[in-house]
Amino acid sequence: MPTTYKNPVYPYRRPSELDQPSPRHCPVVIVGAGPSGLTAAIDLAQQGIDSVLLDDNNTVSVGSRAICFAKRTLEIMDRLGCAQPMLDKGVTWQHGRVFFQEREVYDFNLLPEEGHRIPAFINLQQYYLEEYLVDRAEELKEHIDLRWLHKVTEVDAQPELTAITVSTQDGDYRLTCDYLLVADGANSKIRDQLGLESKGQIFQDRFLIADVIMKADFPTERWFWFDPPFHPNQSVLLHKQPDNVWRIDFQLGWDADPDEEKKEENIRPRVQQMLGADVEFELEWASVYTFRCRKMDDFIHNRVFFMGDAAHQVSPFGARGANGGAQGIDNLAWKLARVLKGEAPDALLETYNTERQHGAAENILNSTRATDFITPKSRVSRLFRDSVLELAEHHPFARSLVNSGRLSMPCRYEDSPLNADDDASFPEALRPGSPAKDAPIRLCGESAWLLNQLGNRFVLLLDARLPTGQAEVLAPELETLLGNQPDLDLLVLGPASRALSGLPRTTLIEDADGLVVERYGLTPGAGYLIRPDQHVTARWTDSRREAVEDAIDRALGRHLDPLSHNQGGRHATA
Amino acid sequence: MPRLELNPNFTDPDAFYAALTDAHRERSEAESERINARLILLLANHIGEQQVLEEALTLAAREVEEAR
Repeated sequence: MPTTYKNPVYPYRRPSELDQPSPRHCPVVIVGAGPSGLTAAIDLAQQGIDSVLLDDNNTVSVGSRAICFAKRTLEIMDRLGCAQPMLDKGVTWQHGRVFFQEREVYDFNLLPEEGHRIPAFINLQQYYLEEYLVDRAEELKEHIDLRWLHKVTEVDAQPELTAITVSTQDGDYRLTCDYLLVADGANSKIRDQLGLESKGQIFQDRFLIADVIMKADFPTERWFWFDPPFHPNQSVLLHKQPDNVWRIDFQLGWDADPDEEKKEENIRPRVQQMLGADVEFELEWASVYTFRCRKMDDFIHNRVFFMGDAAHQVSPFGARGANGGAQGIDNLAWKLARVLKGEAPDALLETYNTERQHGAAENILNSTRATDFITPKSRVSRLFRDSVLELAEHHPFARSLVNSGRLSMPCRYEDSPLNADDDASFPEALRPGSPAKDAPIRLCGESAWLLNQLGNRFVLLLDARLPTGQAEVLAPELETLLGNQPDLDLLVLGPASRALSGLPRTTLIEDADGLVVERYGLTPGAGYLIRPDQHVTARWTDSRREAVEDAIDRALGRHLDPLSHNQGGRHATA
Repeated sequence: MPRLELNPNFTDPDAFYAALTDAHRERSEAESERINARLILLLANHIGEQQVLEEALTLAAREVEEAR
């Protein structure tokens, strides 16, 4: 098979621990240098936390695997300093077509909302994403000890400490750590070894994914077929990746023989029939898979944290696997960094579980719904599905029911115990728990983006278009606030009075197109407190120092009962 | 919050019932099932309100459930 991508081979290095008698202690060890593990190491590094990142392989993903990265994931990558190569390499599509049996039933155009740095999604092979993450991790090597061909073989998870055994070609060594982050994939060996389970549904279906290289131009569109003549009773998805590679997903049914289906001589005629006799292509990669929708009941076991597919797994429809994983890391890293620095209580970490259980449940719900539409489970469900598709050809209302995977939307931590004040006069879309929205701004006279000013630390976005008198009253209050809260930066939306210009850790921005004021519903004196993961945690029409300080305390979990953390049996069940 | 209307609401009940049975006259079971599926989807969109639709679904399924 031809290839458009050559997997890099990363070097194995002999660990110095082999020569030391007692195990080394590290604050954080991360298992698995896939998208989740790499993202976690980078996020922690940016917040000053060292980690050892272990992978039993020495390259990135073999085969394209996850290919659709949603806006929120790319915003997280942008915060981590590695979105640009992804955006440069990735392709985006706006135009899609839906086919049912012999006919095209409708087409659609996803017109993106203006005024965001990041598009709604990009298609990019997972190996590129991982490669760019490895590049970024290398830049941060002062903090990230990335070890290829280091396999974790044993885990001893104690309430206060975790000890692991790592196997290399030169022998085994041991490490102890305060926190072990586990991102060793859907079939997590560590999860099994600790006797933990990821529970849910296995779908009685098989899918063949094939990456084909087109020899000539082919439109940049997403095509989805229900029950096509070239593959009766099943579904087929075609969409574009970089390098002129197209991903084709064939639903095979449960009775299919994976080894037979994977053979090029069986794939080729089917693809030919689908693309048309005159389209020339080469097959690059093929794989057969079944999928599950499942999650762990608790992502935390003692001081072991499960992330990515190890913690939760979804069907591929709607691209919620890798995207859900990235949001989980985004949620965990800032909390872990603050607990390790002694700035927040242990109880804050528990909210990784509560907030992300909600995210995982939402992802499983959405991908299960898409799966049920694509693969109806009864004769009557099939009848409704087919009726929806028939009606969709003539009536727009039915198109809203066609579900071949909903685009991954960011999770909102609506009921989080970390959220503080809200005010009904603000837009609903940015209520506490919501990820902040981007907008174009002016920064030092240059064009810039709002989201690039947020993240890694707490930020108070303050509408400071105030009369001089009011600004003069506010300035000393803000100075006290910044003095009391070393983890807080101030982002001042101007034009602002000179009285506010001398404040420490303060960035002055202007609203380039009026979209900051519009999207955030700002009025002079109003403020948003934004967490280090860019989620809104509180907002006020009149930002007062005491309220901001209380909200920061709350977002750091200082109000959480340390006992409730233990009573749940977390430490007791070691 | 709108509720499922259970009081008479038809402008012409007899005409509706006649039209409904006419639609199914001399149809095979498969054809009738298709008509019903399409009809449910058309009407559901017209109603739109999720809470009303869920109330109707619950009510429709209740006696079937009880008969099990």
